[in-house]
Amino acid sequence: MVDQSLAVMLTIITAATPLLIAAMGELVVERSGVLNLGVEGMMVMGAVAGFAVAFLTGSTLLGVGAAIFAGVAMSALFGFLTLTLVANQVAAGLALTLLGLGLSGLIGEAFVGQPGVKMPTLFGIDALVPFSFILTAGVAYALFKTKIGLVIRAVGNSHNSAHALGYRVIALRYLSVMFGGACAGLAGGYLSLAYTPQWIENMTAGRGWIALALVVFASWRPLRALIGAYLFGAVSIMGFVVQSMGLGIPPQFLSALPYIVTIIALVIISGNKRLTQANTPACLAQSFVPDR
Amino acid sequence: MTAPDYLLEAIDIVKVFGTLRANDGVTLQVAPGQIHALLGENGAGKSTLVKMLYGSLQPTSGTIKWMGQEVVIPNPNAARKLGIGMVFQHFSLFESLTVVENISLAMPGKFDLDALSKKVEFYSGEYGLPLNPKATVADLSVGERQRIEILRCLMQEPKLLILDEPTAVLTPQEADLLFLTLRLLASEGCSVLYISHRLEEVKRLCHWATILRHGKVVASCDPREETAASLARLMVGGDIHTVRAAKAPRDGAVRFSLKNASLEADGPFAVELKNINLEVRGGEVIAIAGVAGNGQSELFDAISGERPLSNGSAVSIDGASCGAIGVTARRRMGAAFVPEERLGHGAVPVFPLSENVVLTRHSDDASLAENGLLNRGKANSIADRVIKTYDVRMGKPDPEARSLSGGNLQKFVVGRELDRQPKVLVVNQPTWGVDAGAAATIRQALIDLARSGSAVVVISQDLDEIFELADRIAVISRGQLSEAHPAHEMTAEKIGLMMAGSHEKESPHAAHS
Repeated sequence: MVDQSLAVMLTIITAATPLLIAAMGELVVERSGVLNLGVEGMMVMGAVAGFAVAFLTGSTLLGVGAAIFAGVAMSALFGFLTLTLVANQVAAGLALTLLGLGLSGLIGEAFVGQPGVKMPTLFGIDALVPFSFILTAGVAYALFKTKIGLVIRAVGNSHNSAHALGYRVIALRYLSVMFGGACAGLAGGYLSLAYTPQWIENMTAGRGWIALALVVFASWRPLRALIGAYLFGAVSIMGFVVQSMGLGIPPQFLSALPYIVTIIALVIISGNKRLTQANTPACLAQSFVPDR
Repeated sequence: MTAPDYLLEAIDIVKVFGTLRANDGVTLQVAPGQIHALLGENGAGKSTLVKMLYGSLQPTSGTIKWMGQEVVIPNPNAARKLGIGMVFQHFSLFESLTVVENISLAMPGKFDLDALSKKVEFYSGEYGLPLNPKATVADLSVGERQRIEILRCLMQEPKLLILDEPTAVLTPQEADLLFLTLRLLASEGCSVLYISHRLEEVKRLCHWATILRHGKVVASCDPREETAASLARLMVGGDIHTVRAAKAPRDGAVRFSLKNASLEADGPFAVELKNINLEVRGGEVIAIAGVAGNGQSELFDAISGERPLSNGSAVSIDGASCGAIGVTARRRMGAAFVPEERLGHGAVPVFPLSENVVLTRHSDDASLAENGLLNRGKANSIADRVIKTYDVRMGKPDPEARSLSGGNLQKFVVGRELDRQPKVLVVNQPTWGVDAGAAATIRQALIDLARSGSAVVVISQDLDEIFELADRIAVISRGQLSEAHPAHEMTAEKIGLMMAGSHEKESPHAAHS
């Protein structure tokens, strides 16, 4: 019994970790005032790049590096489109997701069905799990306790004022967007190197969208995003457990349950309208063009 | 001689924008410890001049001397390093951040919010600018926000502080506090360059005044030895028409009324309207005074129907209930509305003026859109009439709304509604950013409209304007509207007290707990 619940706990953790990592990245991006809807596309590119490099070299470390690199490259493309060419952020983000899904399928064709390289674990836990906690704490600390975090929030709150004070809005947003890309790529790599060590087309299965939703429902607070990610992971794994018990609950309901529970919980957490508005980056998804 | 006579000297400054000489050989000399007023109408070149002193613009020619040395000020950072601080008319603050976070964003050096908080408290005590460093800006009044900007400048220990129309948004009492601070600063040797339209205030506060007209210095004088009228003549270059009004008829029928109108706040930083009562008779002008952010925009939304109320009978025009219907329906009943924000709210920026005419008038003027087709000839002729009557100046015929200067667009959006001869007219900030001559034209037109039998409501923060226009005055604070008192019974002090909430029925509990 103890073994079984331990196993359930471990699956919950591995289900929540990629959501958490991707959400942390997007949280910083949105705090700086940029809405990148391409998380799913960056994640799936991270997954295929991580798998391919680990498969070819046999090194998961190189695989992780490749996953991050793929995410950053995708986000740099997004940054170029939206920050330099001032394209619409929503449209560019959607395009990024479509691009990622298609491109990853093309690259990954040769790797379908190949045996993967699994990340080494300690007591069933791989290195990225503690890292995801450190990342959360780091993002929370940086955003609310350091100058760079204050500047990121300021740029997201009023890019005109930040520009007037002499801050470099576009450069800062590039950095934030690329940090988000690194996190999304890493989250994708986690899927293909630790969660299910193999390459399956579209293996992110909507997790990028869930990460995006987590950020909004967590009202841009890192700790709330952590709660949301784990709640989502827990309820989705519990669904499998309940299903295996054969209680006759329709499986469709069980697979919808994590979405319902997470959204309800986060809506309750962020029920304070005032606080939510205070945390909402006022310039979210607005393009910035300096006047002179 | 060792010490230079002047802290700052701008000599023969010329700034050319295209064909316009915004500054044409301007010379300005500010002595140490002097409170120096810079006066002039809109477009006289005041803002252009101070922007060059603060480094946001570069002069086409001319020299700037700082403590006797010739300097070039390439950007605001360089100006701050020299010791020049500036408080903008439109604040550059971050609403969702705290006071101390806002200040730290402008401070060089180590990032330590706790130490900075202590410093903020020290300076705010020193200069009588009370501020809680941990408060979030969005929760603060406009006066408090201005204090943040001033403190942010003072903490860099400037030698020259530039203030652009600082009292435009303050209650008379808040303005008095500001004057105390400025006098204290001046006594410590800091010079102040003070831009204002309010001549009485300049006479009270300033040691010297430089007056600009059409980009040139027309006079340099001691304002304490002048009268407000003589200063105004120098600014305008002629006499300003004083607005003349016949006595308002006492027995006009009630044309517009609000009965227990309430409106919930639609956001955490918005104001809730509580049981607003107001009756406006045909023939009179009622002014609603108040400090910005006390429910004026919510009141305007409720009156105009931008946010219809749940209780239809709370608003009525000529006795007919209209609280639950929208703007267009209320226009059909003979009302007209001019919102505060002229670009984007009062006019579509990328539409030409003629199309902007159609947008507010098609509903009650069927000839503008016959069978759903626009009658451009008619729209153009109305636009031309408004442009002529209210002297709207523009670069080309039927320009886009956004290409007009703020004051000219304001004349257009007010004129467009006046031109319809509405039965009820509600205007929010009718002369905001309009120069003295045009403001007088608009005010006279508002009064003439009222005397012809219409009911006119003016929401304004400008007390001079209110006293010029109003037959009765009500004050709004924290979403509550006072009774309307006859204008001759009111004084600036009384209104100031009411702005601070002396008439409120509910005690102001913590606004957003």
